[in-house]
Amino acid sequence: MDKLLLLGDEALAQGALDAGLSGAYGYPGTPSTEIFEYVQHSKEAAQRNVHRTWSANEKTAMEEALGMSYTGKRALVTMKHVGLNVAADPFVNSGITGANGGLVVAVADDPSMHSSQNEQDSRHYGRFALVPVFEPSNQQEAYNMTFDAFALSEKYETPVIMRLVTRLSHSRAGIVRTDQLKENEIKLPENPNQFVLLPAFARTNYINLIEKQKLLEKESENSKYNEYHDGKDKSLGIIACGLGYNYVKENHVEAECEYPILKICQYPLPRKLIQKIVDECDEILVVEDGMPVVEEWLRGYLDNCLKIKGRMDGTLPRWGELDPAKLRTALGLEPHPIKEIPDIVKGRPPELCKGCPHRDSYTALNEAMKEYGPGHVFGDIGCYTLGFLPPFNAINSCVDMGASISMAVGAADSGLFPSIAVIGDSTFGHSGMTPLLDAVNSKANIVAFILDNSIVAMTGMQDSAVTGRVEDICLGIGVDKEHLRVINPLKSHHEENVKIIKDEINYNGVSVIIPRRPCIHIAAKLRKQK
Amino acid sequence: MKKDIILAGVGGQGILSIATIIGYAVVKTDLYLKQAEAHGMSQRGGAVESHLRISDKEIHSDLVPHGRSDMIISLEPMESLRYFPYLKHDGWLITNITPFVNIPNYPEMEHLLKEIKGHKNSIAIDSDAIAKEIGSPRSMNMVMLGASAPFLEIPFEMLEDGIRAVFGRKGEDIVQKNLDALNRGRDFTEKHINK
Repeated sequence: MDKLLLLGDEALAQGALDAGLSGAYGYPGTPSTEIFEYVQHSKEAAQRNVHRTWSANEKTAMEEALGMSYTGKRALVTMKHVGLNVAADPFVNSGITGANGGLVVAVADDPSMHSSQNEQDSRHYGRFALVPVFEPSNQQEAYNMTFDAFALSEKYETPVIMRLVTRLSHSRAGIVRTDQLKENEIKLPENPNQFVLLPAFARTNYINLIEKQKLLEKESENSKYNEYHDGKDKSLGIIACGLGYNYVKENHVEAECEYPILKICQYPLPRKLIQKIVDECDEILVVEDGMPVVEEWLRGYLDNCLKIKGRMDGTLPRWGELDPAKLRTALGLEPHPIKEIPDIVKGRPPELCKGCPHRDSYTALNEAMKEYGPGHVFGDIGCYTLGFLPPFNAINSCVDMGASISMAVGAADSGLFPSIAVIGDSTFGHSGMTPLLDAVNSKANIVAFILDNSIVAMTGMQDSAVTGRVEDICLGIGVDKEHLRVINPLKSHHEENVKIIKDEINYNGVSVIIPRRPCIHIAAKLRKQK
Repeated sequence: MKKDIILAGVGGQGILSIATIIGYAVVKTDLYLKQAEAHGMSQRGGAVESHLRISDKEIHSDLVPHGRSDMIISLEPMESLRYFPYLKHDGWLITNITPFVNIPNYPEMEHLLKEIKGHKNSIAIDSDAIAKEIGSPRSMNMVMLGASAPFLEIPFEMLEDGIRAVFGRKGEDIVQKNLDALNRGRDFTEKHINK
């Protein structure tokens, strides 16, 4: 059969489509975006009319997917790791309601923070919510496991996490498709109380969920994804999770590994297999891409039962993505000789594109703010976060989606003047509307810039949920029409824009300024449409 | 057969098209391939890299191990040096020599060339100039793919097929220009190594 050359993200998406998916839900976020986009652009998904419109944020996406699962159909919800924080409320509770139709939560973690604010590990969420986790170690597994994830989800009526990491999400390999399953028909839950988390039912469901863990553990013990490879030398046993397994194998291309290896790609942890490797070996090396999750569980709080090596004792670095060289060191192998980077090579950080509307917005904002000095501008998550870098040095914070407006409110409450927020249109739709409501209700003295480039640019041109409606939304929230200003971020409008910004800074109350000009990457396309 | 390749450049220069075309060629064979690339924030005018691994045996790591790369194909001279820690002692350094200057402290060109030529096996080619000569400045990346073709151990026709597949929907003229670019790059390297 022909191979398809797919990213890990795309392999998961193709697996979901082939496993009878009826709806994909999600919000863009590197490195998860391509899962959803693959479904969105799939001809097959179009023919079958699989739901594939972006949601406003991860929380609504998770709830919409849960709603589809409630009806008995199979749903996929996609997000990056920090997106799961946004979706945490419905996600954790979906563990308690359980699923009806298969429900797969595909979360892409970003060890080393290539494009993120932290490197939190979604396996923590799996354990927190008592939800099983699959962690593919390669693209073919990402495809195959998605079938198994839906099957497990329906067998045990539980959501299932598919945990990817950047290096798998964004790496291509040839994959072979297997059978295709039909979509489910609508079939409401047999137990009418299943999705009703009133305390009385929540308690019953929670007890069931706890009971279910033994069965899920047994599934892990018998899983084809958790493999025990024997080795002659029992002085060390290696527990290798997900991609960690590849890096161990990479260092044993010429000769088989002499130590026993337990490959773990399905959680909860397979207790019997763990017991076996611990009993047989003198020491254990835990290899995992992300946080030392399994290592911490094995060590326990007092860390006095086993001899364990891993990220927590410095055998491997405490944080950051793994690679073959780090494993080489951890395994005590001779490092490959390395040529140093010549000193003349300089850093080349990312920058706002030439002609980007944000450049003109920041130039105008900086001029209007000159008299107040630095420290007044709260930023947000998107391309415009690059406004932190020279030559703009325009923002002073970047925390999470929507935090620009809320932090500006808090700072204004504290007496900071001026207090400015800079947020993009899609981020505003994601999490900026509720803090703007707070600002209006508390009459906070802030100026909120909603940089409207009509697209989700940073993650690669996805539709923004609020395009064409930003003013209406602001007015609906209660922003005064007189202080809702739309400006054109162009050099030719610079003087006029600076004046408008200064005027709004001097207005004591909530001002919203919308610099509106499409991202240069879509400008040509939009012109053609007109 | 095993080739571990680092593709390097600046976001927007077109390293992913090179990877796509090689990928297209390889996936039609029995060879294994893994190709890891950068998305998201790093794409915006910053340094970008892609790791491309081809082998007749199963490939484990998506990343090329440090010190094990058979070649660096770089669309930009300073970027070619950034990935030295991956390159084997006798690996090939194949780089465009037209600089992409978007930082204030960009090094002197002569210093860069000295480092590039100081490496045992290097091909320094002005692929921007060649792409302009054939009237298709944006085909610079295909000149670089051509320049690396003699080391790839993939039949040249398969790379040509890859170009037809990837650029086909943009019309015959674009396909032809990119095929020209590929050929010009290959000719340059062949002349260089036969000298």
